[in-house]
Amino acid sequence: MTSKPINNYAWLFVLPVLAFVMFSSIIPVMTVVNYSVQDTLGANSFFWNGDAAFRALLDPTTEIGARFNDALFRTLAFSLASLLIEVPLGIAVALCLPKKGWAVGISLVLVALPMLIPWNVVGTIWQIFTRADIGLFGAALTGIGLPYNVTQNTISAWTTIVVIDVWHWTPLVVLLSYAGLRAIPDAYYQAARIDGASRWATFTNIELPKLQKVLVIAVLLRFMQTFMIYTEPFVVTGGGPGSATTFLSIDLVKIALGQVDLGNAAAMSMVYYLITLTVCWVFYTIMTQIERRRDV
Amino acid sequence: MARITLDGIAHAYAGKPRSDKDYALKPLRHVWEQGQAYALLGPSGCGKTTLLNIISGLVIPSEGRLLFDEKDVTHLPTEQRNIAQVFQFPVIYDTMTVAQNLAFPLKNRRLAQPLIDSRVAEIAEMLGLTADLNRRARGLTADAKQKISLGRGLVRADVSAVLFDEPLTVIDPALKWELRSKLKAVHRALNLLMIYVTHDQIEALTFADKVVVMNDGRAVQIGTPAELFERPEHTFVGYFIGSPGMNLLPAQVNGSRAFVEGSEIQLGASYPVLPSGQRIQIGVRPDYATLTSGPGVAVRVRRIADLGRKRLAYLSLGQHQLVASVPPDITSIGDEARVAFDPKHTLVYADDVRVPGAAA
Repeated sequence: MTSKPINNYAWLFVLPVLAFVMFSSIIPVMTVVNYSVQDTLGANSFFWNGDAAFRALLDPTTEIGARFNDALFRTLAFSLASLLIEVPLGIAVALCLPKKGWAVGISLVLVALPMLIPWNVVGTIWQIFTRADIGLFGAALTGIGLPYNVTQNTISAWTTIVVIDVWHWTPLVVLLSYAGLRAIPDAYYQAARIDGASRWATFTNIELPKLQKVLVIAVLLRFMQTFMIYTEPFVVTGGGPGSATTFLSIDLVKIALGQVDLGNAAAMSMVYYLITLTVCWVFYTIMTQIERRRDV
Repeated sequence: MARITLDGIAHAYAGKPRSDKDYALKPLRHVWEQGQAYALLGPSGCGKTTLLNIISGLVIPSEGRLLFDEKDVTHLPTEQRNIAQVFQFPVIYDTMTVAQNLAFPLKNRRLAQPLIDSRVAEIAEMLGLTADLNRRARGLTADAKQKISLGRGLVRADVSAVLFDEPLTVIDPALKWELRSKLKAVHRALNLLMIYVTHDQIEALTFADKVVVMNDGRAVQIGTPAELFERPEHTFVGYFIGSPGMNLLPAQVNGSRAFVEGSEIQLGASYPVLPSGQRIQIGVRPDYATLTSGPGVAVRVRRIADLGRKRLAYLSLGQHQLVASVPPDITSIGDEARVAFDPKHTLVYADDVRVPGAAA
């Protein structure tokens, strides 16, 4: 064993990072923590409120608690719906993409195109696209007699938001899966052919296991992003009809900026953040544990 | 069990070949006999893997016919050919146990479960995998994984041939011997046709009954290890096989005598008048060119390499270089020496192809 030399110059390399993380994450988060334990009656005067905001939030019998519960349920339902569509669809599209030749570049760029459009623009595109009077999509659906109306019909609003997210973000799953598929050596497919495996057996026994790692990343990214969805419902449905598409982020902004209820909004932010973190951590831990068990 | 016939098989990856250069595999006619072990030996990119993939059906040849016994299988898909193939890197199914891996080809062919179980047990026993049957295949070592790959091929009772594509590349040197002797044992036990691709001459010569030496898409010689060593039909075989390879010296040949840089060398046979314009060389293996204290061709000594069991002398004959062996009785070697060529093993090549001589 060699003893590790202690060199104080190392601090010079670590401190800039610490300073950056302070300003980029820790100080902003602490500001929120600070607000969450205070209340205000305006005029920039704050007073100590303790954990009252958290208690109210987690108690469904209070008004704010019921509101939080509903929004949380909606957001989870939205994440689940998006993931259930985007992951299988993304894998399916990745399997269909060309494997070599000039078509690879073109199809990858075409597939990735929706991801390059900024959120606000996506919202605006779809707001116009889904209008029942002049929108191509909305007018077409009403034209064939479907009761499609984003601002009045709950099902229309929900499907529209899910379709937007699928359209916008399935490409991410496609690109990740495609990269994963390309990394499988040809010998695996050749061996499968010699072993007489069907297309489905090849998929479940070779491709899916080899995709597991990229799919964990894909599911994590998609969960975080769908759980935090804001711009699309904000621009397209405004959280309505009623509160049908009022997801946590939309509700949070309403409370914080609409009602200037900083104490409750800060408490909600903290809980929101902790839920995202916990779900991701649990999911990641389970998946890596499964992975590790396989080696034994 | 089958005999495999290559009837003018050739392949060009880019489609219609226009010149000789477009072929990855130049037209080849050969019969692989049932129960024999063959090695395909050649440098990287010489077409040996292409030939193997044509036999297994992963590549459809652009020309020629492929026959299993009398049946034309040229366009038959891989899974209907009853071929087992072991690849360079071990291919195993990650999510399955060793037993499930071995059972996979039989499951795909919808065999009855009791039959599958007995075949898997039998093959696991033969390959020494019985203790690992219920373990995940993924955690095993590379050589165990290669055994599983091989086992997946052998588990089918109707397998016609086993093809190996450089199967020992990723195996630890110490385990290579063990796995290779396992392959030999399997070969003897099952009496199967085996074709083994490698660029390692030791592997090829120890494994195979017959070796096919390939270069640049062409099979340059097919023969037993001894034939390849004693009578290389092509200069490529001469220098590719043997370590170091055959000495090749530009020469003029007149009857049973050859002249290199004015020095006369006696040949073991008499040769007809060789057509002018061809490149004439004589070839002799370092084992048959020995330093001598008696009469011989005068050479300059560049250096002596002591390999422990034998010594090699690196020599210059005029502007040409050659390697000769040093007999144990020669102890002191100066800058000048004489070298004797064994006439029986001094061969003549015209444009790289051996010229048969008439008995002198």
